[in-house]
Amino acid sequence: MPTDWLFGLLGGLMIGSAAALFLLINGRIMGASGLLGGLVDGSGLANWRERAAFIGGLVVVPAVLALGNGGAETYATTNAGLLVAGGLLVGLGTRIGNGCTSGHGVCGISRLSARGIAATLVYLLAGALTVAALRHAWGLI
Amino acid sequence: MQTAFGFLAGGLFGAGLYLSGMTDTRKVQGWLDILGDWDPTLAFVLGSAILPMAIAWRYAKKGAPALGGTFPAPPEKRIEGSLIIGSLLFGAGWGLVGLCPGPALASLTYGGLPGMAFLAAMGVGMRAAPVIRQRLDARLANA
Repeated sequence: MPTDWLFGLLGGLMIGSAAALFLLINGRIMGASGLLGGLVDGSGLANWRERAAFIGGLVVVPAVLALGNGGAETYATTNAGLLVAGGLLVGLGTRIGNGCTSGHGVCGISRLSARGIAATLVYLLAGALTVAALRHAWGLI
Repeated sequence: MQTAFGFLAGGLFGAGLYLSGMTDTRKVQGWLDILGDWDPTLAFVLGSAILPMAIAWRYAKKGAPALGGTFPAPPEKRIEGSLIIGSLLFGAGWGLVGLCPGPALASLTYGGLPGMAFLAAMGVGMRAAPVIRQRLDARLANA
């Protein structure tokens, strides 16, 4: 178990360094939902190359690491209803609420943004309630 | 250059998500499972990710990004209804599957059909969000 925490710390440092690099070099806030969402809804096409390159790196590097490591798994549910409902809620919610774990969580909390902290508390609470209901009340996951 | 450093930042972000185990939905749902076998890994990830970024924000108070342009403006203070409602919806979806946008993209090549189904639905949600948000904001303004 403590090995997991160590990898968590290391991975977290890399995530934070990626956000720092994107801010200090590109001048942008590293929010995964905003970078992708701007391409999906057309509001961020002015810098589409930068967005597409970011997403490209985000997809390709873990792919290479997983291959080199003999494969990886997400262990996600195979329940189609849960997958579709979850995806829709995450897509809608992050764009209505202006951010996700990377934008509000990493980039917002680190500059003590009241909005980032409020959003993070709300999605953590909603996530915990959802898991409590699904796992302990209904036994779905 | 923006493109090259965009790829680099995305790649480092993806490597961090992969290494930290955040593309494993069991760990994410385990973190949210406060009533069950709670897994604190995500707290280590978020905590250590905030450190370099807090330093970066200090540097971003003055000057300009290395590739030109301007740093983002200070955060707005207003906490509007759509911020809270959107975050509620996001958190619910995050709990349902254990994926958020970063890890959903990072696991695209090894998440199989479930991952692709989740991503496709997420894209539909993102595409529909602006119209719904507009209506929501209008209704909240009248309330």
